[in-house]
Amino acid sequence: MNLTFHPLGEAALKCCFQEDVSPALTDKIQAFCRKLRSKEIIGITEWVPAYDSVAIYYDPWKLSYQQLADFLLNMVVELDVNRDESKMVTIPTHYGGDDGPDLENLAAANNLSTKDVINLHTSGSYLINMIGFLPGFPYLSGLDERIAMPRLENPRQSVPAGSVGIAESQTGIYPLDSPGGWHIIGRTPLKLFDAEKEEPFLFEQGDYLQFKAISEDEYKQIQREIENGTYKLERKEESE
Amino acid sequence: MKLFSVEKPGLYTTYQDLGRVGYLKYGVPASGALDRFALQVGNILVGNERGAAGLEVTMQGPELLAEETFVIAVTGGDLSPMINGRRIPLWKSVLIKKGQVLEFGQPRLGVRAYLTVSGGFHAQSYMGSRSVYEPAGLGRRLEKGDELVGEPRKQKAGTGLFFTEIPDYDRDVEVRVVKGPHHEQISDKAVSDFFAMTHEVSPQSNRMGYRLQSDLETNHEANVISDGVPLGGIQLPGNGQPIILLADRQTTGGYTRIGTVIGPDLPLVAQLPPGGKIRFSEVSVEEAQEAAKQEEQKLRIWERFTR
Repeated sequence: MNLTFHPLGEAALKCCFQEDVSPALTDKIQAFCRKLRSKEIIGITEWVPAYDSVAIYYDPWKLSYQQLADFLLNMVVELDVNRDESKMVTIPTHYGGDDGPDLENLAAANNLSTKDVINLHTSGSYLINMIGFLPGFPYLSGLDERIAMPRLENPRQSVPAGSVGIAESQTGIYPLDSPGGWHIIGRTPLKLFDAEKEEPFLFEQGDYLQFKAISEDEYKQIQREIENGTYKLERKEESE
Repeated sequence: MKLFSVEKPGLYTTYQDLGRVGYLKYGVPASGALDRFALQVGNILVGNERGAAGLEVTMQGPELLAEETFVIAVTGGDLSPMINGRRIPLWKSVLIKKGQVLEFGQPRLGVRAYLTVSGGFHAQSYMGSRSVYEPAGLGRRLEKGDELVGEPRKQKAGTGLFFTEIPDYDRDVEVRVVKGPHHEQISDKAVSDFFAMTHEVSPQSNRMGYRLQSDLETNHEANVISDGVPLGGIQLPGNGQPIILLADRQTTGGYTRIGTVIGPDLPLVAQLPPGGKIRFSEVSVEEAQEAAKQEEQKLRIWERFTR
């Protein structure tokens, strides 16, 4: 594994993996982060995995830039990149109607029926390359090109939390009410970010997401279950 | 117990500590005091641990009615703090008595002050930090009628920072920068111009970032593969107008960054008013770490005197 390092000021370091972005690289970065967690190095405070790099935050009082770089070089030698598990999280989504105001436009622009769009969107499994932009916002790859579409020309002032959208060849979910320029095709009742919970997030970088079409009634049912705390997230851990 | 009632909230007054740790990977900004030195010294002066929550006061301060008698300190920018209309010293702990009013007047130097209280403010903690980050619903700014609570200790006032140690906030500053990680994507000429020029703080500056107005000319490809964005990172978009990213920044970004302002110099940035001037000088990562360690050493020694 060919790593290069760049200082990000005195308290962070960017570790670059000299490879093109791919699902295999995301696996590698996941393995790298798991290793980092298991090593519990004094002075490393946290890290942010991205498409082809990891930013590592550390305390220069305890660790110098050079010490950290040397440690990382040694660490990757023993890195086990064989992925032993992959996590798949199901996102129940109500497509169209008020929850997906752009579904019909997106279908028409791609010469498809709305049903085709839903079928194509729910048949994919999407890899989380990175989480950023907003708390819990997943950057997903794996969208079928037949339902890709450029961003909205006029971004909306406010997109409700849970909205599922498409922009270019990416799909994503808005964790919070936020302005946004994506085509909104549906909405999930899941809360991608809940600060009150002990585990405020549903997934992390390297996990896969799958969308499942649900009716408006099912949406309301799940919403009630989430409020009561009885909803059980569909989550598969697969061993390879 | 109730420490203060909020009579007037001020322009933008929020609880801040040293920020949230461990959630950047989930896209949650670190937040925390923009002037970390001032908050830490403020806490030391009232006998707290350095990372206790204080109030970050911006430009126009709040008016707070004391409901108890306890020790406070005001540090950071000089926003003319007063108790019952009389100026109080900055960088020194003072006693406020039940029924007295703490208020702020004209901003005289810097734009952010920190109010710390003995025992710290017992504000709601989210994911291990009391730092307010409104966009994600992690607390909110002060509002009229809020009650601020804490558990002050019995202690004496009058602990002050020696005058030579008080930061010299200026409207015209030079700050140190470690180059990278995307400077190679920018022409050598634009990089050297960036370090030679004086840039001006735009009014569109806030806790997310300081936007600078600059005559810098560049025509580099400004998109990069998104990566983690550090505190102090300087984004340089294709229009040549740099943005220094601060505590409430997004955790990842997809624009070229020319360098990172070093931690010890960030308070100088955070205290600049709109129209303030800023220049950058390059240092090595080793020099940057040495500067950070010297500051940490000082804080550790001062902390030992008061705890």
